[in-house]
Amino acid sequence: MNAPLKNTVPLSLRVPEPRARPGDPIDFSGLVVAPAGAAPRPDINASAYAVRDLAFTLVRVLDEANVAVGPWNPKLSPAQMKRGLRTMVVTRAYDERMYRMQRQGKTSFYMKCTGEEAVASAQALALAEDDMCFPTYRQQALLIARGYPLVDMMNQIYSNAADPCKGRQLPVMYTSKAHGFFSISGNLGTQFSQAVGWAMASAYKGDSRIACAYIGEGSTAEGDFHSALTFASVYDAPVILNVVNNQWAISSFQGIAGGEESTFASRGIGYGIPALRVDGNDFLAVYAVTQWAADRARANLGPTLIEHFTYRAAPHSTSDDPGRYRPVNEADAWPLGDPVERLRDHLIASGEWSDDDHKALEKEAADLVRAAGKEAEAIGTLGQSRPSVKEMFEDVYKETPWHIRRQRQELGV
Amino acid sequence: MPAMNMIQALNSAMDVMMTRDPNVLVFGEDVGYFGGVFRATEGLQKKHGLTRCFDAPIAEGGIVAAAIGMGAYGLRPVIEIQFADYIYPGYDQIVSEAARLRYRSAGDFTAPLTLRTPYGGGIFGGQTHSQSPEALFTHVAGIKTVVPSNPYDAKGLLIAAIEDDDPVIIFEPKRLYNGPFDGWHENPVSPWAKHPDSEVPEGHYTVPLGKAKVVREGNDLTVLAYGTMVHVAQAAAVHAGVDAEVIDLRTLIPIDIETVVASVKKTGRCVIVHEATRTSGFGAELSALVQEECFYHLEAPIARVTGWDTPYPHAFEWEYFPGPQRVADAMKRVMEG
Repeated sequence: MNAPLKNTVPLSLRVPEPRARPGDPIDFSGLVVAPAGAAPRPDINASAYAVRDLAFTLVRVLDEANVAVGPWNPKLSPAQMKRGLRTMVVTRAYDERMYRMQRQGKTSFYMKCTGEEAVASAQALALAEDDMCFPTYRQQALLIARGYPLVDMMNQIYSNAADPCKGRQLPVMYTSKAHGFFSISGNLGTQFSQAVGWAMASAYKGDSRIACAYIGEGSTAEGDFHSALTFASVYDAPVILNVVNNQWAISSFQGIAGGEESTFASRGIGYGIPALRVDGNDFLAVYAVTQWAADRARANLGPTLIEHFTYRAAPHSTSDDPGRYRPVNEADAWPLGDPVERLRDHLIASGEWSDDDHKALEKEAADLVRAAGKEAEAIGTLGQSRPSVKEMFEDVYKETPWHIRRQRQELGV
Repeated sequence: MPAMNMIQALNSAMDVMMTRDPNVLVFGEDVGYFGGVFRATEGLQKKHGLTRCFDAPIAEGGIVAAAIGMGAYGLRPVIEIQFADYIYPGYDQIVSEAARLRYRSAGDFTAPLTLRTPYGGGIFGGQTHSQSPEALFTHVAGIKTVVPSNPYDAKGLLIAAIEDDDPVIIFEPKRLYNGPFDGWHENPVSPWAKHPDSEVPEGHYTVPLGKAKVVREGNDLTVLAYGTMVHVAQAAAVHAGVDAEVIDLRTLIPIDIETVVASVKKTGRCVIVHEATRTSGFGAELSALVQEECFYHLEAPIARVTGWDTPYPHAFEWEYFPGPQRVADAMKRVMEG
């Protein structure tokens, strides 16, 4: 029998810290970037254990010369890639305008997805139009890709008389069932397990639609993440479980959610869920892994976990100042580059695109956003226009009960 | 008409609705093959199939979330939280999600789920199998809160809840599952078969949500009660020799204010009883409503008889439980006031 081990040093508490804080030199030396094309592409019926290495590497398609290489190359047509590029460029233009509008006092709050556009843009292209997405607040590109009117997005942000949410929701908390876009909640993580329930319902009904859920790496610490993976695994739900690892949860680096100990993709392995880690700034790689996951779900092979490894180039929101907790130029130094530039350069390298084409696209996007902006602002920005105050008391229940009716009368509306 | 106990009545409600509507499905901890720890779902899996009544992982937050997702899809899920004491891991999903979904999406998405959960004391369940957390839900806009007190109402209310387009929580008084209980705990247990409300139609019927019922007419005072306390209040009236009118609220939110006000204006006195802890309990809301609506008709201060503001204690069950003696004492106090 062994004697009990005695401590040789006093116990100490570890609190993870990022490699660089404001004023420090930018340090991405801990980041291991697998070469493009290196990761194998297994059959969709492979087990979680057979594909386990994919949870620790990075599936990448675009190499340093922006050439698409390896087995994950989805071989998209130039038209598809241009469509994806357009979604990203419009999304970026939209973000820039709405951020500016908030700064001008035209709304209370805004959140950009700058640097992360490839995730939702590529997924929208890889999914069927009627697959149901359960987004966080950084997948506005899903709506843009699916043709939801920009003006309606802006009306929501302005809480004006035409706001589809009737003035009840914080800006960017869109909803559109018709566009397969579930109502966004500010409660982090709750949508992840709801998506699994939706997917279970689709399977229960013998439908062909699948669910696509999103969560940030920070919110994987929530119990909802564990519930979602457990239910998805137990019931083999047709759902794609996306962890968008943009490195920062407001001011907390991904290590505070446990990212230093293992990848977020690797969480799937313990549940028997095939899990992939993908270069989230590589449009083609995101498309390819999403297609693989969607094929699995549609073939009744169940859930897939995808970690999108990206970087939140934007502040968390208009209420945030990243300069207070990370080096100011960290985003520019992100080793995986910018998703728009990478797809643009790939198209240029393929002879399908030019700088002039890109400038024209950017102008088209800016014009589109400006025109929608004028339309929305003509209805009114926050405070200038709003739905009837009666709307405050509607939709709490399907039929308004007496006590809420009476409170409405008390307010005199 | 067959005599059913409350478990059989609840089972019948789910069976009827699963037969009528393929979008109704049932899941929760141990509810599938085994039929639930209280047997409320017994036989449903065998009759309707594995995918229509099945076991869930021990994850109340996950159970509620899955039901929200299913509701958003268009199903009408009925979920069981094994004990109301276990509901707290699901609280965020209930409060922030199910209750708000219609409002925040302006009706684009809804969560028409029904959540059944056994609650209340009188079974020596200790603090984790005896709680009455209804006020944590009546405080939340967007959900309906229902508490049946007999087999007939249990079935009719559950069917109404499943057919309702809003999320509904049904707190089932587990002490009443197998027989009415008037709080005289040393008396022999009596089965539902001897009670008129155990006459339960086999088919479809509803008891409307938001409608209270006067279960005992009287002129001296009004008792507002729900669940097990409906029976305790009636026993207390006999014990006190008071001509009490006992109202079974049946639905807490939305509350049937008309029935409450009509009765209190008639009697001029009001005793509120519930098993839950007193401070910020639903009785506080009832007391405020009665005061606001009936102040000039009141001839005595409103009395509350409730569980004490302590966790539910195992060895002191009958000191904690607001039994007929305490309710009768309150009735007498109110009559003297």
